[in-house]
Amino acid sequence: MDTLRRTVLKGASASGVLVAALAAGLLKPTQVLATEWNKVAFEAKDTPAAMKAVGAATAAESKDLKLTAPDIAENGAVVPVDVSSGIANTISISIFVDKNPNPLSAAFDFANGALPDVSMRLKMGQTSIVRAVAKTADGKFYTASKEVKVTAGGCGG
Amino acid sequence: MGSPMKIRAQMKGDVADIKILMAHTMETGQRKDPKTNQAIPAHFIQQFSVEVGGKAVVQSQTGPSISTNPVFGFKVKGAKAGDKVVVKWQDNKGDSRADEATVA
Repeated sequence: MDTLRRTVLKGASASGVLVAALAAGLLKPTQVLATEWNKVAFEAKDTPAAMKAVGAATAAESKDLKLTAPDIAENGAVVPVDVSSGIANTISISIFVDKNPNPLSAAFDFANGALPDVSMRLKMGQTSIVRAVAKTADGKFYTASKEVKVTAGGCGG
Repeated sequence: MGSPMKIRAQMKGDVADIKILMAHTMETGQRKDPKTNQAIPAHFIQQFSVEVGGKAVVQSQTGPSISTNPVFGFKVKGAKAGDKVVVKWQDNKGDSRADEATVA
């Protein structure tokens, strides 16, 4: 009797695991795009960790990387940022906001004639340094940054 | 399925200027519902791609700190009027959407 009870419980928990595994497999978003989302980088809590996660642990300051953002943003929920790289063979650009809960905002890979030039709108919780990191085809990283003062945050309730 | 994107692509010299407006809440997961005091779960676009004339030109990964209803601007050299621009995105809940426009 007792043995039977054990067996039943065992069977139940084993099938439970199987169901969970199946659900995890099924719930995984269908990959419409080629690459996996860089969870480690996007969930990093500070800029050095996030930069490391995208491979840019060391990045040299460069004047050829232009970061355009307002000096003062009245609305932290919508901060227009424009990054354009004059560095030859720039293949990707990433944007970090130092004081955001997760600094990495976006990463862009360019190919087939796309110029390393991107504009976007970011949320900023508070006044912070906004940082752009460009990667060249030979694996070098360059960075440019600018402080944006935020008078009303974009992350509050 | 999300709401349609607005895509505008225009030739300026030999460079196509592409502007994309995606309709998405881009919920950060940091906010709380003021009525229930429950955290509002994060819901944001994680990846998108841009194709011009059948070639992938931009691959992007995004976090929740992109503004609500994201707007992106790109420049593509070598594109020509009549080329088809296809933009696809996918969010953290597995929702996705694809829209297209023509370079003018």
